[in-house]
Amino acid sequence: MPKFTPADLDAHKAKLLAATAKKAIIKVGLNTCGDAAGAQPVMAAIKEEVAKAGLDAQIVKTGCSGMCALEPLVEVSVGGAAPTQYGRVTVEAAREIVEKHVKGGRVVEAFKVPSVGEMSSEKPVPGKQYRIVLRNCGVIDPESLDEYIARDGYQATKQALTAMTPEQVISELETSGLRGRGGAGFPTFMKWKLTRASRPGEQKYIICNGDEGDPGAYMDRSVLEGDPHAVIEGMIIGGWVIGASQGIFYIRAEYPLAIERIEKAIKQARANGLLGKNILGTGFDFDCEIRLGAGAFVCGEETALIASIEGLRGTPRPRPPYPAQKGLWDQPSMVNNVETLANIAQIVLRGGAWFGAIGVGRSKGTKVFAVTGKVKVSGLIEIPMGTTLRQVVMDICGGTSSGKPIKAVQTGGPSGGLIPENLLDTPITYEDLGKLGSIMGSGGMIVMDESDNTVELSRFYLDFSVDESCGKCAPCRIGGTQMLRTIDKIVARKGTAADIAKIRRIALTMQRGSLCALGQTTPNPVLSALRYFESEWTERLVPATKK
Amino acid sequence: MAAAAGPADLATIAKKWKDKRGSLIMALHDLQGRYGYVPRDAAQELGKHLDVPLARIYEVITFYNYFKLEAPGKHIISVCMGTACYLKGAPEIIAKLSDKLGVKAGETTPDKQFHLQQVRCIGCCGLAPVVTVNEKVLAKVKAADVVDQVYACTKGA
Repeated sequence: MPKFTPADLDAHKAKLLAATAKKAIIKVGLNTCGDAAGAQPVMAAIKEEVAKAGLDAQIVKTGCSGMCALEPLVEVSVGGAAPTQYGRVTVEAAREIVEKHVKGGRVVEAFKVPSVGEMSSEKPVPGKQYRIVLRNCGVIDPESLDEYIARDGYQATKQALTAMTPEQVISELETSGLRGRGGAGFPTFMKWKLTRASRPGEQKYIICNGDEGDPGAYMDRSVLEGDPHAVIEGMIIGGWVIGASQGIFYIRAEYPLAIERIEKAIKQARANGLLGKNILGTGFDFDCEIRLGAGAFVCGEETALIASIEGLRGTPRPRPPYPAQKGLWDQPSMVNNVETLANIAQIVLRGGAWFGAIGVGRSKGTKVFAVTGKVKVSGLIEIPMGTTLRQVVMDICGGTSSGKPIKAVQTGGPSGGLIPENLLDTPITYEDLGKLGSIMGSGGMIVMDESDNTVELSRFYLDFSVDESCGKCAPCRIGGTQMLRTIDKIVARKGTAADIAKIRRIALTMQRGSLCALGQTTPNPVLSALRYFESEWTERLVPATKK
Repeated sequence: MAAAAGPADLATIAKKWKDKRGSLIMALHDLQGRYGYVPRDAAQELGKHLDVPLARIYEVITFYNYFKLEAPGKHIISVCMGTACYLKGAPEIIAKLSDKLGVKAGETTPDKQFHLQQVRCIGCCGLAPVVTVNEKVLAKVKAADVVDQVYACTKGA
């Protein structure tokens, strides 16, 4: 394929749209979850049936639409009609769907499930799904550049590189109010502005943080698997704005499919003049490469991540200097999370004001959550900021799977906190979750019912963080271990009130004295469990006099 | 699992990464991909090619969970210990497997047939609890059935 110029890109898009014939389209979700649920044999059965019947049907493999509980998912649209979503499709069901729906044109009601489209709203309304980051996930074939281009792909790159200045892009980002989606919520425009201003003319790097470490969260995996070009576009625009010629994807080695899809997408972009020398004929040179993580939670911290890319142990270092001043190989560098980057193209295309109108207060736009645990419909959702926790768990995800009352919701994984049932009407914003002693985090949301114990859950998280502490600073290394021992004593019903006081003391030291966010936030699950569920701790204590 | 690799493989891996800055971790990924773990002599040989001392290599492989220092068994059974899986019964699953195989998590059976391990999160939380046997993912596993399911996956392999 030839390398695109801006005019070619538009012509190619128009051609693709015109070519969308009114034949049957069958989409099968084939990402990590779909595969695990048995989507491969379903795909094979569909191909076989379609070939046997000699049907004119386009069979597309898509990424994750987010309805993980209903995998394997198959979507059928015949003759341009609105698509029908089928869930929990078995090989037999797939054969029946091809026979009755694709061939016969009749919807098979028995396997029909609500589609993402039906569950989302056209406009961003709190309490309803609205998809910006996930707009292509489960919709397009992530391995097809053409399908991405047909959905406005690379239009934002064209817009930025040919019709805007880097300052204008930064200004749109400022208007949009986009904040880092990795968890900390640092204003994105500020990071871009600082890195652009730092040491102009020198070698700079833009880094995509795909080291999704929160156990129980997989938003970034789904975006990388389901819409890889959108993240690459964020990298190109970011690289152009800050003046970098090199982008690096740092992705967990545990996500082989995400790595494969990004690899493929980079090759496609390169072959079409969207990466490499002279992008879109604008004279801008930029390319991307992939580096793999190796299983270290702390590498989600930006300075640790940079050390890991340099081939070293992933230990954080004090900031300042920030990566914007001294990052990878001591050059100015900018680390952005996958979800943050996936928002960029849409903000450039639709404008910062459009994005800024979504959400509330200082929390703008949407947030993707992986809702799991004791919830009826677990999966990936994207909601406007300001939606309440209760709306997410009850309205969107259908309440608990057990039917028992909700006990608490946990956001932010090992760095976040528990939020009890009576506070579920709290709107999801960086500020409101922070006030409750939790954090927005990267998007893990764990639902617990009455049968779950908060002492044990906070011990689970603490055990994780202690194991993942890099050991560089004493408050985190020693504090975490001592806190874990103290909790074990309480779990064994040998603890006293003095032990609770000791936990609080250690927590304070860790929060104030740890070098990086891992140590500073390690006490959060324990502290929130103590704050909201104190009786579960005190009932395990032995009276001090019995000692 | 990979058969014994000769110095030729190491030279290929080393050549691929030698001129790329900071590529030790990437080279180690290739090495583990080849052997299933990072054998000491292979690490030493790689170090010679890349001009990295063995101590530096060990500093890295002992830091990251992903790298294995010993040969795992023929079949690798990984029980996901992500939060969703934890809440939905992963501890019972691991206890059951541990009991049946007679090894703790992180250990290999004496006959080298099974390696049992806990993994952080494989990102399939919607299907929790999840167990993987080699490349195969078992979804919504119940402790009562897990042993049979694992044996079914490894039979004939």
